[in-house]
Amino acid sequence: MQRDPPSSQVKIRRFRLNGRMRDVLVADSTLLVETLRETFGLTGTKQGCDGGECGACTVLIDGKPRLACLTRTEECEGRDVETIEGLAKNGRMSRLQRAFHERLGTQCGYCTPGMIMAAEGLLRRNPMPDAAAIRAALAGNLCRCTGYVKIIEAVEEAARQAP
Amino acid sequence: MLQNRRAVVGQPTPLIDGIEKVTGTAKYTADLPIADALIGRILRSPVSHARILRIDTAAARALPGVRAVVTGEDCAQTYGVLPIAMNEYPLARERVRYRGEPLAAVAAVDAETAAAALALIRCEFEILPAYETAAAALAPDAIPLHPDKPGNIERAVHHRFGDVDAGFAQADLVREHVYRCAEVAHAQMERNAALVEYDPARDSLTIWSTTQVPYYVHLMLARCLEMEASRIRVVKPFVGGGFGARVETLNFEIIAALLARAAGGKVFLPLSREESFLTHRGRPETEIRLKLGMTRAGRLTACACEVVQRGGAYAGYGIVTILYAGALLQGLYQLPAVAYDGLRVYTNTPPCGAMRGHGSVDVRFAFEALLDRMARELGLDPFAVRRANLLTAPCETLNGLRVESYGLGECLDRVEEASGWRQRRGRLGHGRGLGMACSHYVSGAAKPIHWTGEPHAVVHLRLDFDGGVTLLTGAADIGQGSSTVMAEIAAEMLGIRLDRVRVVAADSALTPKDNGSYSSRVTFMVGNATIDAARALLARLTAAAAERLGVPETAVQCENETFFAAGNDGPGLAFAEVVRAALAREGGAITVKGTFTCPVAFQGGKHKGGAVGATMGFSYAAQVVEVAVDDETGLVTVENVWVAQDCGFAINPLAVEGQIQGAVLMGMGQALGEETRYEKGLAVHTSFLDYRVPTIGESPPISVHIVESVDPNGPFGAKEASEGALASFPPALVNAIADALGLEIDTLPVTPDRVLDALARRRRAQRLAQALEEAL
Ligand code: FES
Ligand code: FES
Repeated sequence: MQRDPPSSQVKIRRFRLNGRMRDVLVADSTLLVETLRETFGLTGTKQGCDGGECGACTVLIDGKPRLACLTRTEECEGRDVETIEGLAKNGRMSRLQRAFHERLGTQCGYCTPGMIMAAEGLLRRNPMPDAAAIRAALAGNLCRCTGYVKIIEAVEEAARQAP
Repeated sequence: MLQNRRAVVGQPTPLIDGIEKVTGTAKYTADLPIADALIGRILRSPVSHARILRIDTAAARALPGVRAVVTGEDCAQTYGVLPIAMNEYPLARERVRYRGEPLAAVAAVDAETAAAALALIRCEFEILPAYETAAAALAPDAIPLHPDKPGNIERAVHHRFGDVDAGFAQADLVREHVYRCAEVAHAQMERNAALVEYDPARDSLTIWSTTQVPYYVHLMLARCLEMEASRIRVVKPFVGGGFGARVETLNFEIIAALLARAAGGKVFLPLSREESFLTHRGRPETEIRLKLGMTRAGRLTACACEVVQRGGAYAGYGIVTILYAGALLQGLYQLPAVAYDGLRVYTNTPPCGAMRGHGSVDVRFAFEALLDRMARELGLDPFAVRRANLLTAPCETLNGLRVESYGLGECLDRVEEASGWRQRRGRLGHGRGLGMACSHYVSGAAKPIHWTGEPHAVVHLRLDFDGGVTLLTGAADIGQGSSTVMAEIAAEMLGIRLDRVRVVAADSALTPKDNGSYSSRVTFMVGNATIDAARALLARLTAAAAERLGVPETAVQCENETFFAAGNDGPGLAFAEVVRAALAREGGAITVKGTFTCPVAFQGGKHKGGAVGATMGFSYAAQVVEVAVDDETGLVTVENVWVAQDCGFAINPLAVEGQIQGAVLMGMGQALGEETRYEKGLAVHTSFLDYRVPTIGESPPISVHIVESVDPNGPFGAKEASEGALASFPPALVNAIADALGLEIDTLPVTPDRVLDALARRRRAQRLAQALEEAL
């Protein structure tokens, strides 16, 4: 009964992960969230629900927010995947990371990586979103701690900082 | 005197562990190294109430890849958070009392094997009648869930304070009304999980778990595994919220430990979201019959309150919850007479427990809603009614609660002003309204659950050659920012930079025991212990500095990491120099201890159950909620919230604001949509699609006004800031709906259906009245 899929279903998949080309050997239908967390050890991407309901697993695929718990790894073949670990450049936090930290857009932090990745996706397509646009873009990301007020303030603050 | 020095405390301060959270490097339980761990899974009861005739695990044990199978046979010890009410087994024995209760568990080489093994376990039951509601469990022919609790009454409370009959006789208006609140759940974003490493050679184990109370986990593991406590180590990694869900040892923690020991190794037991909901411990379904007496001027003359809570299948914190519900009727307003009758009932549903605002929220909803109703009848302004009943601190309530600082009046002023209440109320147009309400909460239970004779809180500070100050505390930071608060207090007291303080928290191998993060006790109690420890360390540094400066200790002052002699213009001594001098003088690294104990005088009335509700400092909150109600669809939209909270003193104003905003939104979730549901005992709310917590989409602006009454006993005057504001949201919301449409709503949550029902009821009543009038 140990997991032992026929070798034909295990393939090498190649995609860009946080700026580096990576090859990974995975069984078909392995969820991206598992590949990130278990194969690459990128545990910054969280799982808060049993699939598709909380947004904690949000990553960027080709710059767009996607749920890693609903994405199969093979769908990422040849694409560009970014996780929370890829946002800081040369040890400098991104503007969203800094704003979430300084403005307390994070309390327990469990929703935070997903929230920041969803906000990153928003700022890339809409550099100066108003509160309504922020509310709309983050409506799939649940947070139970902050009451969301400081999350909105953090995204607004980050938008004001040039990237 | 502490008030004058505010280099660190009182400044908005980002969390000291915030960078880990925003960069994704923070390690929560599921993020720990688990590649070499076995995976655990739990088999849960498919029936609500039954005698267990047989659990056959032979086939599961025989499955390749299965390393351990445990059942109720493997643990004959009960557990529970209250020493007087431990009636739960981690895995059911003989009887199962709710659908979803753990029956057996396996540890296997991977999740698929574990799942396959569960499917091979055969159970036989003799089905018993199941009671899903308090009323059903209280029926005369209902069989008791627990043999020692006839009638399924876990606890009946009957309290009388003052002359209630006389109070009602003096009233100009007496009203009685029934309010109902649905059961709700914490829905913390991190799912429950435990990682346990058992060392067979040494018979010792380490657990990392999603807990708010590492010490209680420690106690219950020692009890249930019948192991010496010294062979157990409990570590709390980053925790993704709690809100009370994790303030007692939970079954999965003990099960993970049983599995690891049986397998002789390391077991990771992750629960799904569904299982995290089933583990529950939420706020119980509650019915409140409330009667208030009021003079024409709005003064309360008497209060009589009956509360029935559907507690679920096991005790948990139940006795405390039903006592809180009565005790916290008092302490907010002047009440000359109070009668309280509370009933905590066992039912065949997942056990309830403590949830943010423990015990106070549903009763406060009833109280503040009825207060407004009566104000309307008497033509009084809601603010005026509250102001007519303010306490004068310091005082003691009829049930022995001491109020030492009381900023409610200022909270009222602040939200009245900020919301434009006087100018805007009644002028917002059709379907829009303003409502308000007040609430309060304790800053730590003054009497600990386990009376060991030890202080309520202990903190160690350690100083070594590197000049870094290490603060060791058992207090569990679960996102509320307690580690940051302790670091701020230590830095402030020692006159050093915040980043010189490193906090090591909640690892039983290193840190002194702490009772845990509940009842909003940490800032108050552990904060005071931190002040005590910092004073002790400062004394040692001052002695060394005095020696070096050649002046008496009393002449030494310290500011900005420099020690100098008062009135002396010399350059003074840098912190690092003083550290070197102190280490040389003391013979190496210095560790000091600080403690805090609530004096007995604060531990509540002498009546039975009088300790519950007693605290050294109550927080106070007032809020105004602005709503728009669509009378076609019944949809209620919260447009704005203004909330003021008296937190004594805001050690970290940024975190205080964040806590209050979070509490308000949690109150909004309970008020508008959250509700657990059971169908034939089956929980049908166990996902975020079925259990709707508010999203950012419907989240309103929440403007926070911090009121600082400076409590005489709080650290720097601080009191609690995380729970108090929750309870005033639901009543402020229904009061706003009453203002918007003249509708009286008495049931939570206020779903669109309930609004439409209330509208239909009113139309029927109007038609009836009209018909009667025409007939006459
Ligand atoms: S883990 Fe909840 S949406 Fe992916
Ligand atoms: S910060 Fe805890 S869930 Fe968002």
